[in-house]
Amino acid sequence: MSKLLFEERQVVIPGDALAEGMDFLPGKGAFREGEHIISSRVGLLNISGRILNVMPLSGRYVPRRDDIVIGYVRDMSYSSWFVDVGYAYEASLSMKDATADFIERGSSLSDYFAVGEVILTRISNVTKEGNIDLTMKGPGLRKLSGGKIVEVTASKVPRVVGKQGSMISLIKDKTGCTLFVGQNGRIWIRGPSPEAEKLASDAIQLIDEKAHTSGLTERVGVFLEKHSLEIKQ
Amino acid sequence: MKYTKRLDGRKFDEMRPMSAQVGVVKNAVGSARFQIGKTVAIAAVYGPKDLFPKFLQKPHGAVLRCNYNMMAFSGSGERVRPGANRRSKEISMVIQKSFEPVLDLSEFPKAVVDVYIELIQTDAGTRCAGICAASLALADAGFDMKDLVCAISCGLVGDQVVVDLDKTEEDFEGGAVDIPIAVLPRTGEITLLQLDGEISKADLAKAIDHGKEACKKIYELQQAALRQKYAQEARA
Repeated sequence: MSKLLFEERQVVIPGDALAEGMDFLPGKGAFREGEHIISSRVGLLNISGRILNVMPLSGRYVPRRDDIVIGYVRDMSYSSWFVDVGYAYEASLSMKDATADFIERGSSLSDYFAVGEVILTRISNVTKEGNIDLTMKGPGLRKLSGGKIVEVTASKVPRVVGKQGSMISLIKDKTGCTLFVGQNGRIWIRGPSPEAEKLASDAIQLIDEKAHTSGLTERVGVFLEKHSLEIKQ
Repeated sequence: MKYTKRLDGRKFDEMRPMSAQVGVVKNAVGSARFQIGKTVAIAAVYGPKDLFPKFLQKPHGAVLRCNYNMMAFSGSGERVRPGANRRSKEISMVIQKSFEPVLDLSEFPKAVVDVYIELIQTDAGTRCAGICAASLALADAGFDMKDLVCAISCGLVGDQVVVDLDKTEEDFEGGAVDIPIAVLPRTGEITLLQLDGEISKADLAKAIDHGKEACKKIYELQQAALRQKYAQEARA
């Protein structure tokens, strides 16, 4: 007789026995040891059918295909750029994925993206060996100039965006800033004034700190309301 | 020499009071503080990140790199000279080895995971406190681990088997044997066992049994500390 020892969406830590018996199968973040399925990481238990997965709650960003991320251009080779997307390895953006322009032989790649610049880009492929390919082909993908970048833990990105983007549109409305949220936890902000940008980044910091509380959207709404009055005065 | 009563009045199998907290270093990917008696360890985990020089890279997974350090003011008043020394290098190495059986870094070939263990106050049992803190910090950093690692020193003071020796007991004039052990609590496997001095086979077995018992208590504390940090985040 198989038995679950934790409930769905409960916090588990490494070494916790998640279930007993052979009817369940270990998925991500879990393994079988004899009769038991054991968790191998800190996270939330997710049950899909017979498979037990542990969804991470912490740690660095792990890239997935089709994630939109904000990256820093770190290096260039003769036909590609190397971009830091906040993972263990640098991602590569090849020339053919970077632009639709015809690039003449011998022309300088830094005319497109120079080292130190920031880009909004999409992950087109991730291999098991940690090779990450990027592409600039897609709506809205471009070089980001001006503005500022704040970082949050990658696992909190869904809270910054909110349900159907409710949180992020709230911040956009109240501060008048343009925001791009990368799945890697980097958020680019550009607003009409430094004060507005500061307000938006403070709001994001508030979300990062209070991510676990309920009624977060209302709380952020009140915070923005209060401080936007101060800016106007 | 007879050791009839412990110098600080504890029972022979009693540990010093402990506390643990997860997420104390905001800049780190994962971090934790572990205190046992007057010994306080802080561990911070950074990475995975690219490893240089390149010849150190391992194609099958990330390299774990531990760095144990006692702070200059951490001892009993004698200034500890900062930086690596023979002792701290050895301890860094054994701490690293004590994690190798549980930690799965195969997801990150050619990378490195850095674990910095700083002892801000010391009263013996520093490598064990360091392991307990590092174990929490690695879990906090979201790495795959088969189990947490618990560590405690046990041994012989005079003629008596005890757990969790403090500095005065280590320096007991009738002789003391200090045995740091690290245990995987679920299976009871030992990942670190060191011994300085002379001890009979029977006493050694008894000391290790006491140590394993003590590790169960440490495990409970570690679990509680980890759950406390993450339970709130999940409630939302």
